[in-house]
Amino acid sequence: MTRFSILSLMKNAASGHRNWQPTWRNATPRPDYDIIVIGGGGHGLATAYYLAKNHGISRVAVLEKGWIGGGNAGRNTTIIRSNYLLPGNEPFYEWSMKLWEGLEQDLNYNTMVSQRGVLNLCHSDAQRDAYARRGNAMRLHGADAVLLDRDGVRRIAPFLDFDQARFPVTGGLLQPRGGTARHDAVVWGFARGASDRGVDIVQNCEVTGFLRDAAGAVAGVETTRGTIRAGRIGMAVAGNSSRVAALAGFRLPIESHVLQAFVSEALKPVIPNVITFGAGHFYISQSDKGGLVFGGDIDRYNSYASRGNLPAVEDVCESGMAIMPMLGRVRMLRSWGGIMDMSMDGSPVIDRAPIDGLYVNAGWCYGGFKATPASGWCFAHLLATGNPHEAASAYRLDRFRTGHLIDERGAGAQPNLH
Amino acid sequence: MRIPCPFCGDRDAREFVYRGDAAPRRPTADDEFHDYVYLRANPAGAMRELWYHAQGCRSWIVVTRDTRTHEIFGAELAKDAAR
Amino acid sequence: MSRLAEGGLIDRTKPLRFSFDGRHYTGFAGDTLASALIANGIRLVGRSFKYHRPRGILSAGSEEPNALVTLRKGDRAEPDSRATTIELFDGLAATSQNRWPSLDFDMMAVNQIAAPLFVAGFYYKTFMWPAKFWEKLYEPLIRRAAGLGALSTLPDPDSYDREHGFCDLLVIGGGPAGLAAALTAGRAGARVILVDEDRIFGGRLLGERYEVDGVAGVDWTNAAVAELASLANVRLLLRTTVFGIYDGREYGAIERVADHLPQPAPGQPRQRFWKIIARRAILASGAIERPLVFGGNDRPGVMLASAVSTYVNRYAAAPGRRAVVFTASDSGWTTAADLMTADIQVAAVIDSRPDGGVSASRLPHDVETFSGAVVVDAHGAPLRGVDIRAADGRIRRIEADLLAMAGGWTPAIGLGANLGSRPVWSESIQGFLIDVAPPGLQPAGAAAGTFSLGAALADGVAKAVSALADLGFAVSAPGRYEASDEPSGVTPLWHVGGSRTKAFVDFQHDVTDTDIALAAREGFVSIEHLKRYTTLGMATDQGKTSQLNGHALLAAATGKSIAEAGTVLSRPPYGPVAIGAFAGHHRGAGFRPERRTPAHDWAASQGASFIEAGLWKRARWFARPGERDWQETVNREVTTTRGTAGICDVSTLGKIEIEGPDAALLLDRLYINTISTLPVGRVRYGVMLREDGLVMDDGTVTRLAEDRFFLTTTTANAATVMQHIDHARQVIWPELDVQAVSVSEQWASFSVAGPEARRLAQRLLPDFDLANSAFPFMAAVETVWQTLPARLFRVSYSGELAYEIAVRADHGEVLARALHTVGQEFGATLYGIEALGVMRIEKGHPGGGELNGQTTAADLGMGRMMSRKKDFIGQVMAARPGLTAPDRPCLVGLRPVDPRQRLCAGAHLLPGGAAAVAANDQGHVTSAAFSPTLGHSIALALLAHGAERHGERIVVHDPVRGPDIEAEICSPVFVDPEGIRVHG
Repeated sequence: MTRFSILSLMKNAASGHRNWQPTWRNATPRPDYDIIVIGGGGHGLATAYYLAKNHGISRVAVLEKGWIGGGNAGRNTTIIRSNYLLPGNEPFYEWSMKLWEGLEQDLNYNTMVSQRGVLNLCHSDAQRDAYARRGNAMRLHGADAVLLDRDGVRRIAPFLDFDQARFPVTGGLLQPRGGTARHDAVVWGFARGASDRGVDIVQNCEVTGFLRDAAGAVAGVETTRGTIRAGRIGMAVAGNSSRVAALAGFRLPIESHVLQAFVSEALKPVIPNVITFGAGHFYISQSDKGGLVFGGDIDRYNSYASRGNLPAVEDVCESGMAIMPMLGRVRMLRSWGGIMDMSMDGSPVIDRAPIDGLYVNAGWCYGGFKATPASGWCFAHLLATGNPHEAASAYRLDRFRTGHLIDERGAGAQPNLH
Repeated sequence: MRIPCPFCGDRDAREFVYRGDAAPRRPTADDEFHDYVYLRANPAGAMRELWYHAQGCRSWIVVTRDTRTHEIFGAELAKDAAR
Repeated sequence: MSRLAEGGLIDRTKPLRFSFDGRHYTGFAGDTLASALIANGIRLVGRSFKYHRPRGILSAGSEEPNALVTLRKGDRAEPDSRATTIELFDGLAATSQNRWPSLDFDMMAVNQIAAPLFVAGFYYKTFMWPAKFWEKLYEPLIRRAAGLGALSTLPDPDSYDREHGFCDLLVIGGGPAGLAAALTAGRAGARVILVDEDRIFGGRLLGERYEVDGVAGVDWTNAAVAELASLANVRLLLRTTVFGIYDGREYGAIERVADHLPQPAPGQPRQRFWKIIARRAILASGAIERPLVFGGNDRPGVMLASAVSTYVNRYAAAPGRRAVVFTASDSGWTTAADLMTADIQVAAVIDSRPDGGVSASRLPHDVETFSGAVVVDAHGAPLRGVDIRAADGRIRRIEADLLAMAGGWTPAIGLGANLGSRPVWSESIQGFLIDVAPPGLQPAGAAAGTFSLGAALADGVAKAVSALADLGFAVSAPGRYEASDEPSGVTPLWHVGGSRTKAFVDFQHDVTDTDIALAAREGFVSIEHLKRYTTLGMATDQGKTSQLNGHALLAAATGKSIAEAGTVLSRPPYGPVAIGAFAGHHRGAGFRPERRTPAHDWAASQGASFIEAGLWKRARWFARPGERDWQETVNREVTTTRGTAGICDVSTLGKIEIEGPDAALLLDRLYINTISTLPVGRVRYGVMLREDGLVMDDGTVTRLAEDRFFLTTTTANAATVMQHIDHARQVIWPELDVQAVSVSEQWASFSVAGPEARRLAQRLLPDFDLANSAFPFMAAVETVWQTLPARLFRVSYSGELAYEIAVRADHGEVLARALHTVGQEFGATLYGIEALGVMRIEKGHPGGGELNGQTTAADLGMGRMMSRKKDFIGQVMAARPGLTAPDRPCLVGLRPVDPRQRLCAGAHLLPGGAAAVAANDQGHVTSAAFSPTLGHSIALALLAHGAERHGERIVVHDPVRGPDIEAEICSPVFVDPEGIRVHG
């Protein structure tokens, strides 16, 4: 593999860029592997990368039903952060943040990790206290958190509506290390790294069933490109987890919901951070290309359609205008929808499935993109060793049976409220 | 999206609160509660699901809808559906 | 000046002054900014995104990728506006973008020198060393260089409207097919809405010189529109773009009400957001002409042939003096004819088709024509000449300042893919067409691949007839139209090789033919990967002119057919939509409705400050003159209430009535404690769980009659509890005979608390015996106050002797005044929710900080309330080990060891001497207040093993706000733990 650098770029420019090689090998599936990862999104590819890199297991296939990164990895708003409250979540997301911080050098691929800060606005004393609780929890877990008063917020974002707002800004919680990363580049970077270490990335290969051995354990998968065998199979297909689980004959504490996101026409830099509104569902940042990338709440009904409806669009824009009245003349250029694995407590699952040999990586709700490196790291650990990684030890499937829930919002067993 | 409320007619989905799959029935045996509260078939296709006309007649209704296309095939009052 | 002497749909009696980059020009009413610039001889209008290449005007419509300007100034500035869609108005000011210091001399054009490095995806391969430089140097530079126009950062001063429309037939596009469809449906009596994004109907008829039924297309259009306008069942919406199709046959549209004016008239919205529910729809959105991909095809002076025709015919503006037409389609010859008719010199017509020259006979007089020839290179900025390669391979330079290119037509079917159906390739039209249309929609005319005028008109009629038949409308004599038709053949030419100059596919994003080849080489061979890697089709025009060319090039590079390579799904919005239009009136103070209690205005007159509680505005405190700060005010309100009496508006609490033979049974299943044993005329505190076993809400239940109950909920959870109760009685237990209704807004209620509360209340209700024996704690009665039905409850949140009195909402203010008048005799104070909160913390009652959806009844010290004798919602799941673990944090009180120190909610709790790490985290402070009763700060907290640790000291850790504080763990009930006062 060509190592990427300004020098290699210049050298290739001299030859008209005719000598670049494919970023990853578009593999044809072999009959058997040590491990199959179902799902060529960020999580699946990161899992394969870390299986090869951390555990030396490279007889691995990543099976993608369409094109890699075509699911939620390519449909999110690219935010990375570790501003979680609960002890089941915060160590995991902070570990992910640490991996983000070294990802480009590790992958030799510029994923454009931009630690521009994530600012959550608050609008009441109670909300400020809730943010204080969260910020304190983050600090206890070694993450960074700064509680800002109104003037502190004004210094960062003077364009917010401080005076006419229905819910005036009273302060905010800032995570300076939070920010954004280029989502597609994360997919391609992990794919390149995994492929380079021998992993087979197989596109247009949809899993249609599971092979079971005499003891009932999984032994492989049936796919649109034939039978592929492996004793260990991990599924990382957020959005479609229930469908794949159904092929293996079990149900998950998950519903699929559509989350829309939006981008504006390209503008000169105007929004320096990631900013979230505390009195409505709205978050926004500006891409390096200049588009304002924003979103809000899910559409709230079960969906596999990758598209939503107007009420969610209106709600997002109303919230945007409420907090940033300068947005009125900004034009929305494009919208898209991703299918979220909305879990019953709002937190993910990285665990063994109820079937031997099958492992589940699912339930990421809104939080999948920022989790990508740690999810891959921890899922690889589980697949390679059979034991949960310490940072993901709370993401057990049986927590719903035991009551050890990880419910950040306190919304209960109602996936569309998380 | 328009929800065909049996009382109020076709109404904007904004007037409704969504709950989810209408299939799970509250069990009587304790050991069935986990499945009732947490496990969902989450089908890709036609699904009977509960909507609450919060800003209308306050009926819970069972809507049959395709989760892939959002096509709606019909709706009935949850009270009637239970019978 | 390049204005033609005559013709055009402009009003030469109405000159309009405008400026571009500070220079002043004149155009006419009916012009767009683009046509006015052309008429003034302006050719350089913008700079491209990456290479800052000089760019002119490519198109005459909303597909424009190049001519983007910032329209207007100050708080009305609109960056990235397409000059081709801006209607000229007097005083219009436009500024070019993405250049420094000026459009003519742009320093950033040095990017072109580095262009060999700046290929598709170059940034993924570099800027990684040294690691720190990305954040500090590279990214800021990239960000500053990127983007197009600048946002003002000022609040948008204009307003936006919303409207719903309902119709039998929505016709999207008012060109020939759309007009024919609308006429057919309108005459049949169907409710029709016809929309068009232009300022006048007509579509391509306005830019072409065809005739319909023997009259000029424009005249036919005018007659058709006049007839439609005369029909009461037809609504015409101009300047309106349907931007998306949604479920339930819902169409989103934006009407630009005032964008053609210098600014909206007073009270006039700038734009209106339509939601149109249409039983049937016809997509008559026409087609977009494709550019041809050859070296230098982006130079100012290279235009779409149809745009050239439009500028000449519709706007009487000459985009050049000496033109070359480069065409792969019959329509290029029409443009050549248009130019010649307008006396603009046509130097040559280059037709890439070997037999293209047969169309030469259509030209009014002789002109040099080349068949089987191509333009390989364009020179100059603006254009000075082109190099052509004739059929025999010879290269020849032709001088020209205008190149009209006609690459064929792409049906504008973006909307048709909004619901997820992928378009399919049509060999016959060499373009993608809608395969499975959204329910109720049919494409017609050019959008259906029917390009010739006569066929498009007939198709509009036919599609309307079929839609009307579905709806049961009879069409007696469908219209037939005679059109002067011409052939519309095309043999696509996807790429002209052999130039050293860049050949652009996506103009705005500077995606070239070699970028697409590079992407394919690097494995980005899925159409979606191509888009993401090269940014093809992601510019503000969303690929309207570039998508198909790009996909054809990818197909060629990967050895596939275009049909195999496929195309991307177009997602809403079809054209960019202002965020303000989606937000409508819901901005500023109107973002969300404001709920006020019946006595709100009166409270304001008494000096109340208000605070948001969900959507409610609640009185926070009632400051009196001379009080230093809010703390002094709240201290007085608490002290006066506990010492004498206080009056508080509690109307925001949720209120629900439950009635029916099975009411008591239902309530037993809703609450953890037993309700059925409650006697009539008595109140009981109750807690509800969610089915997952965690606390949902708390409140009181009053039995008004054997089969009739009155419930209160917290303010925050009123709607949730109502929904929960309806779910229980309609879904879980539909066999129960019980009704439930929210009466939150029907009653105004006030709490009267404090040692003088009885005397105060007695003055209000002189005929009712309030003595402890007659009306003890937790008694309730339906009574009458001053001829009004009233309810009296002896309940207390403050821990004092207290009553809650409720009357009809419309008498809330009268009651508030009466209470206040009587109260003054006793020295009572009005108190707000801040004092209410202090008193509830002093009493250890759970509030918002504790009822956070993460706590169990046992966590809050109410585990023993959970009945074992009955089934209730949440009972089973509450018994799970994770929810009953002995180390779960439970409710305690905290007091600072140093009474001068202040406790804050949100602080965490660590054992003394333990390191500040997560492993030592034992809980957190849920609520805190200064207790004037005790003279120091107090707090409620959830603490592991808390119940067993009263008296122990603990560290209150709050690093985001300040240093650690030492606190003593105590009972959560700080005041009157024996409950003497409440029973007094």
